Order: sequence, then structure tokens, then C-alpha cells
Amino acid sequence: MRITCPHCGERDSREFSYYGDAKTARGSDFASTYLRDNPVGDHAELWQHVMGCRAWLEVVRNVSTHEVISVKEAGQ
Amino acid sequence: MNYSVLDIFKQGLSGNRGWQPLWRSPAPKPSYDVVIIGGGGHGLATAYYLAKTHGVRNVAVLEKGYIGGGNVGRNTTIVRADYGQKGNSAFYSHSLKLWQGLSQELNFNVMFSPRGLLELCHSDGQMESFSRRANMILARGDAVEMLDRAGVQAYAPFLNFDSERFPIRGGLLQRTAGTARHDAVAWGYARGADRLGVDIVQNCEVTGFDITGGVVRGVETSRGAIKAAKVAICVAGRSSQVAAMAGIWLPIESHVLQAFVTEGLKPFINTVVNFGVGHFYISQSDKGGLVFGGDLDGYNSYAQRGGLGRMEHVAEAGMSMIPALGKARMLRSWGGIMDMSMDGSPIIDKTHIAGLYFNGGWCYGGFKAIPASGSAYAQLLATGATPDYASAYRLSRFETGHLINEEGTGARPGLH
Repeated sequence: MRITCPHCGERDSREFSYYGDAKTARGSDFASTYLRDNPVGDHAELWQHVMGCRAWLEVVRNVSTHEVISVKEAGQ
Repeated sequence: MNYSVLDIFKQGLSGNRGWQPLWRSPAPKPSYDVVIIGGGGHGLATAYYLAKTHGVRNVAVLEKGYIGGGNVGRNTTIVRADYGQKGNSAFYSHSLKLWQGLSQELNFNVMFSPRGLLELCHSDGQMESFSRRANMILARGDAVEMLDRAGVQAYAPFLNFDSERFPIRGGLLQRTAGTARHDAVAWGYARGADRLGVDIVQNCEVTGFDITGGVVRGVETSRGAIKAAKVAICVAGRSSQVAAMAGIWLPIESHVLQAFVTEGLKPFINTVVNFGVGHFYISQSDKGGLVFGGDLDGYNSYAQRGGLGRMEHVAEAGMSMIPALGKARMLRSWGGIMDMSMDGSPIIDKTHIAGLYFNGGWCYGGFKAIPASGSAYAQLLATGATPDYASAYRLSRFETGHLINEEGTGARPGLH
């Protein structure tokens, strides 16, 4: 799996660290901490380019095929 | 028919032409007392114990694919009871006891082989932490022992005792742990349940629930609507999707875990070794293949196949602890989808919808749990309450704070 970092270009996914679902607010502290949509198909998620520019990225990825659909800086 | 040595002898003389299929393939009836969604190990075991222990025989097991085609056929077959946390320890202890008599119980050889499980320690701190866990296991009455370095060397001489980075300091050994034949477990429970009257319906996908007024009335399936007084969800790898059809939001993320097997070799590894610090574990199958694996790939996935990065990491960890592994050729690799709960422990509970029950979130510990999970889930379905050994696996524990977090890593499933 390869992810195209907006700052560093296309890199192997091993350079990145995974956080999980990009949707971090779910209405209550309990839901935000513990509940997940966990969809099949496209999933917006947070990755950090820890072995590169260290930016947090929001990646849309198909979790059934591992195809990376879009990458942007998180919070943009 | 009941299998016996005499049968095998008679069938051998008559060219093995008299064997019958292990279970029927009935069309689904319009209505059942209990419908179990998912014909994996847990679903089949639940059906078996419902019929056997509780006399509930008007039961259907609905399987989207075929029996043995899901995670029950994709795991590395390890059975152990080395958990320390309250809630987990009694459960896995009970499961191991059921494994010991399972072949006799089912009249089907599940090839349970208590060949031992060794967890390696590499530092004084790790020795102390494992000794604490060993004491907890001893205190609840199960067998375990701590080995020093010389003890590990005598028990598993094939390990790398010259490693500078991960010097072997000792290990936790559970001699009663081991492996079993995964397909046989599915087939044995399926045959046992079928013989007691349970309908096992394959190629039958559940597409929706019939819920009115907060009470479940049945399920919609690819083979028509089926009414049921009780519906039991038991679908490892698809828990979130099935629960979502009933409007239930789960504390679960699905991740992929890879496993690998080499070509068949002569007997070489006579136990199960867990090199936890390196995220590597290994055993040797009865066919001779070395079966090994490591950690999750680390990101959400439903792909049933993993990335090369994790494969490389597992190979490196394996080579560092068992250098001889480099002589073997890898035959194949595969991935299974793990429904990772937010504390690393499973859920067996009622839901807020009357008559709808949930069993899932087994992370990567589902195989060894099959007998106890089936027996606990069956008791919940039949009587409305789980037995003591499974009573901590509540769906509400995430809200009430009664987490069972064996690894102490918080709500990060990728780290469990």
C-alpha cells in the first residue's frame, strides 16, 4: 500500500503511523472513545507521516481493496 | 451413526463406500425458536449446546458461505488459557477444560494436541510480569510453570540463545495448552448439532431484521424471510455490518491478521512458541508445515489479505528467534478479518432489542474460545443469563467502565 503525502510525494505505507477513523467526535465522550462506524468500502482515516514530514493526514481508503482514494492534510 | 474403530475397520474392508455426509442440507423452514446468524465455530457450537444441554432443537444456523469457510478455517489453531485479567481467566480456563474432552463429547476427532505453549521473556522486568501472571493462573487452579534460561534451553533447543538484542531470560510454560484441527472443530460441531435436529443452512445470507416495537420477529435472508422468537448474531469479521442492520452501533474495528505456513518438514518444533516482544509465534502442524504469524497489519481492513510490510516484519522476527527458519520455504500466506473490540476482550450479551443477542469482538482469540463461547451463548439464549465464567463480557461495559483490558493499551484496537 502506498500513500501520496501532500508534502513528500508517494511513499510506502510503512513510513506512516495509523490512528484510525478520522471522525473523532460522535456526540458523547463514550461514543467518541469507544464506538466506530467500521464501514466496508471507503473509510476516512487519520495517518501520520512519522518517518517523513510528521504531518497528520486524512486519507480516504477503500478498506476492502486497500486502494487509496484521496489524501489531504488533516483539519484542512 | 456413531463413529468407532470398528466402523473404520469395516469401511476399510468395503472400500470406504459407506460413509454418509456429516450433516443434512435442509431448505430453511418458515419459522424457528432460535435463528443463529453465522455458521462459524462459535455459531455451530452455540447450536450444539442449545440442542444438547438445553433441549432447544428447533434451531437454524444461517451461513452466508459454507461451513468452515470463514475464520474457523483461517486461524493458526492455538488453544491456551494463559490470561490474567478477571473476566478472561475463568472463561479461557473453562474453555480449555472443554477442549480436553471435546473429541469424546462430539464423537469426532478434533485432534486436540496439548503440546504446550511457551511464552518467552527477555528481561528481568518481563520475568516478573510473567511470574505475576503465572501466579494468577495458578491461583485460579490451572497448570502453568515458569522456566529459567536453562529450562527454556532444555525445552526448546531450536531457539536462538545467542541473541544480543533479545536474550532469552526464561519463559512461561503452559503444558496443557496446544493446538487442534480447526476444520474438524467446525465439522464436529456441525455434525453434532445436525444429529440433534438443528438445521444448518449454507449459502443463506441475512439481509435484514424484522423488528417491530423493539422486539425482533425474525430475519430477511437471500432465501426468504424466516420468523424466529430469538435471533443470535455470531458473525466474526462482519459484526459491525450485521449489527448495523438492527441499528446497533458497536465498539468494534475490523482489522486484518496474517498467517503463514511453510512446506512440510520433519518434526522440528514440538510445542507452540510465542515470541511476544517481536510479535511472532509459531507451531508445527501435524502435516509438518511450520505455521506462524505476528501482529495485526495495523489498519482497518476487510480484505482477508495483508501487506508485504507485515510479512517482512514477521519473517525478520522469526529469523531472529529461530534462525533455522531461513532454510524453510514459505508455502502460502493468508489473512483473516478480526473484529477488534475496544478493550481487546469479547462480548456475549443481550442487546437493547428484545430477543436479539450478540456474540462477537473476539479479536484474534476466537478459536480457542469456541467451546466456552458456544456453551455460554447457548445458556444466555436458553435461560436469559450467561454463566458466571462469561458474565463479564457485557456490551455495556464500555459505558460503565468495567473494561477487560489484558494489554492495557486503551481504546486502540490496533495495539491489542
